[in-house]
Amino acid sequence: MEHVLIIGNGISGITLARHVRKLSDKQITVISSETDYFFSRTALMYVYMGHMKFEHTQPYENWFWKKNRIHLVKGFVQKVHTSDKKVELSNGTFVAYDKLVIATGSKPNKFGWPGQDLKAVQGLYSKQDLDNLEKYAPNNKQCKRAVIVGGGLIGIEMAEMLRSRKIPVTFLVRETSFWNGVLPAGESQMINEHIAEHHIDLRLNTNLKEILADENGQAKAVVTDKGDTIPCNVVGLTAGVTPNVDFLKDSSIEIGRGVKVNRFLETNISDVYAIGDCAEQHEAIGNRRPIEAVWYTGRMMGETLAQTLCGNPMEYNPGHWFNSAKFLDIEYQTYGWVFSERNKKDYEEHFHWRHAKENICITVAYHKDTKKFLGINTFGVRMRHAIFDRWLTEERDVDYVMQHLKDANFDPEFYSHYEKQIISKYNSVMHTSLSVKKKSWKRIFSKA
Amino acid sequence: MKAIKNIGLVIFLIGLATFTVIPVIGTYQLDQNTFEEIIKEKNIKSDAFIQAVEQNVVDKEFNGMLSLSPAITTALENANAQHKKNKEYKKVIYTSGHDMAALVGKKSGTGFIAQNKGLMWFFTFGLGIIGALMFILPNVILLGKKGIKNDGIYHESTTNRGWIAWLVFIFLVSFYLVLYFSPEYAVNWTFLVDPISESLSGNPAGHWFVYGFMYCVVMTVMAIRMYIKYRHNAYQMVRTTSVLFFQIVFAFLIPEIMVRLQMPYYDFKNAFPLDYDFFFQWNLKSLLNSGGIGLFILVWGIVLTLVIVPVMVYFFGKRWYCSWVCGCGGLAETLGDPYRQHSSKSLFSWKVERWLIHGVLLFAVIMTSMTLYSFFTESGTVLGIKTQSVQNTYSLLIGAVFAGVIGTGFYPIFGNRVWCRFGCPLAAYLGFVQRFKSRFRITTNGGQCISCGNCSTYCEQGIDVRAYAQKGENIIRSSCVGCGVCSAVCPRGVLKLENGPEEGRINPTEVLLGNDVDLMQLMNKK
Repeated sequence: MEHVLIIGNGISGITLARHVRKLSDKQITVISSETDYFFSRTALMYVYMGHMKFEHTQPYENWFWKKNRIHLVKGFVQKVHTSDKKVELSNGTFVAYDKLVIATGSKPNKFGWPGQDLKAVQGLYSKQDLDNLEKYAPNNKQCKRAVIVGGGLIGIEMAEMLRSRKIPVTFLVRETSFWNGVLPAGESQMINEHIAEHHIDLRLNTNLKEILADENGQAKAVVTDKGDTIPCNVVGLTAGVTPNVDFLKDSSIEIGRGVKVNRFLETNISDVYAIGDCAEQHEAIGNRRPIEAVWYTGRMMGETLAQTLCGNPMEYNPGHWFNSAKFLDIEYQTYGWVFSERNKKDYEEHFHWRHAKENICITVAYHKDTKKFLGINTFGVRMRHAIFDRWLTEERDVDYVMQHLKDANFDPEFYSHYEKQIISKYNSVMHTSLSVKKKSWKRIFSKA
Repeated sequence: MKAIKNIGLVIFLIGLATFTVIPVIGTYQLDQNTFEEIIKEKNIKSDAFIQAVEQNVVDKEFNGMLSLSPAITTALENANAQHKKNKEYKKVIYTSGHDMAALVGKKSGTGFIAQNKGLMWFFTFGLGIIGALMFILPNVILLGKKGIKNDGIYHESTTNRGWIAWLVFIFLVSFYLVLYFSPEYAVNWTFLVDPISESLSGNPAGHWFVYGFMYCVVMTVMAIRMYIKYRHNAYQMVRTTSVLFFQIVFAFLIPEIMVRLQMPYYDFKNAFPLDYDFFFQWNLKSLLNSGGIGLFILVWGIVLTLVIVPVMVYFFGKRWYCSWVCGCGGLAETLGDPYRQHSSKSLFSWKVERWLIHGVLLFAVIMTSMTLYSFFTESGTVLGIKTQSVQNTYSLLIGAVFAGVIGTGFYPIFGNRVWCRFGCPLAAYLGFVQRFKSRFRITTNGGQCISCGNCSTYCEQGIDVRAYAQKGENIIRSSCVGCGVCSAVCPRGVLKLENGPEEGRINPTEVLLGNDVDLMQLMNKK
């Protein structure tokens, strides 16, 4: 029986294991040094905030693995011997494989800041990071202030976590506006304001210079490039992530920033594959980045590779881009491509609408010549994934999208609807006279 | 703000403490005239009992129910034993000792409590309400901006099965035990609400009136908490208003007013088989003897169960009843909301649930069939089994212990829907319709789920919502009461309760939306 060995029990590795089990009778082993069982990394914040217990982040009960004959090993792979088809664990044991899948995810970026390895300086990625935060920031007496470095999705989540325990937070963001490498200006501005509403000391256009240590080797202050010294007890490093592939440096597997893979998720060595955050495509797919550190893409790679491993070779072929996040109280969803001013294509135009009072806004991107709909960002409004996926496939124009927005709305029942306000602004900006079409189940369920 | 909250808590606790002490204090003095009234009212023929009470109770002052209750119950038990021994079956008293003690207590209460009903109401209910509101209202400011307010739930003793939760558990269980099994200890509570009862039905309050009144008060106060907590979510606001309206108007006011109008006491929204004694002989007789309104209730009750309930479930899912109308659901969604995370999500619990709830439904159906058979044939037994004893067993085990003591008493430990999930026969019936023939579903939004588990954690019915959402499948479960909290707590906008065409409602997915694998190729290879 063929032995599929998976390094990493995150969403990619576990999705792969589950699908291989569905499709075959292969022997499956998953090695992880992080936790005994799969948990949802995205939910770690809720454990610290007291919304859930750690066990709630585990999507499968503990009996699941044995029942599905997915053998779990707790261990740290320190070397891969591709010529003998074996991996070497840090405790000296070897595990042989027929197919090896590297799904080791990411680790937080550290850019060589002085003091970056002190105690109480950490990212927010792993279970160990959660444990450390609980240790160094259990309450606002022990942690009088925390400084977070890096204005991305994890940074704002970490700020939310600390604020849930009323710990003062200073948030250093390199950019001139929050996440404006990704978000268009209007949205980025709304998030800036929302961060301030939550009493987070947001310092834009500010870089970390140095982290100062106390006599115990624990962070005690942060020095910024503006010359400020900010006393603090915890420093969060959340300036993005980088593939966790150091253990492969001596192997014959080709590494760039991540493990180099082709569209079949194969590495340069036969029978060795890489999926999830740690995989790096030789060439980016469409507008995507070569390394996609996103929950959904990790899962999709797992689904795809399972097909390949079970005798149905299949390319990784992600469909239309989508993503979601939550900025404190504001939910964010995106479908298709909406680029920030910094990365905008020259044909890309935006229509932006923002609610007068509430933290609600949308940005619709379209082709300025053909009016083809390119994508949408929504804040504080939920949208139907299936509908936008279909509209993108059908290459609908932006007028069509604006008229049929009610079909796409996914807010709970009884919520206020904004389609009329949106379309009236759209009409005045675009000099059109469109009206909103009634929601139609027939359209919603029709197949593309 | 914090100070207001703390003061409120103290005031609430004073009210609660007074309420808790009241059952065992107070004075009772039964005079001869009152006793004769009772003899007449209850049609007591037991000379032994009359003699014993006249000797030991009449004109004597009793301090607290703890001394009065045994005097009555022993007298009654001794008398009954004597009559049974002497085969004087006509003299046997069929009222239970506890009910008799409650009746005597009610008629003979003399002390401070019975004479200062309004004042005592204020020191119990009044302080409780004021204190609770002072504790709850500052949350408008303290909770900050609109949004999910679940911070610290698993850090607090109250909501994380800590010692406070256990105290609440003991209090609730004791309360229900008194209510169902020792109503004489509720006599002093009835004095507090006598004025309210008299203004509604014209009658002094019994312990079930205390319960009904308290139910409404607790739901109203805790509904205010719901409004504040879920003020970002219109669905929760509307739903909470609906369930509160049906409790106060349909379950509380209308039946009381009907009594005043010489009509049968009836809750128009309480559908059989949750209303398990609807077809009991005494109820049918009372309805048939009540003229037009009685007949209307009889027809309404049958139509409600057979037509209205399933048709509404077809269009809206069982939520229209369970979390919009039902009283049990109403208490669970208000008083029980802080405990919703305690329902077990394990597969094992799901198995237990299916056996138990369908077992209770079967029990209810069999009992009712026996009841109707007995009613029409006028025979007390079916296949040698006494109908009455089956009814008594159901009333005790299901009606009192399961629905009351366990159903509500266990809120802080097993979550707020123990009864609705494991026991309610109506929920089981609605569940069949919802599962097999309904337009309702919780739609999963394509591939957006990140498996965080908030939905499952806060599902009061113990549905592992995430298990479906992370596969891109809609949630079609017979037990879902459509409270909408999974959708409310989802950080990524994945879940939506909606009523739509049946086609496409159940959607098993091979690969999630967003991954453009060649599905034809995938299917061909299988």
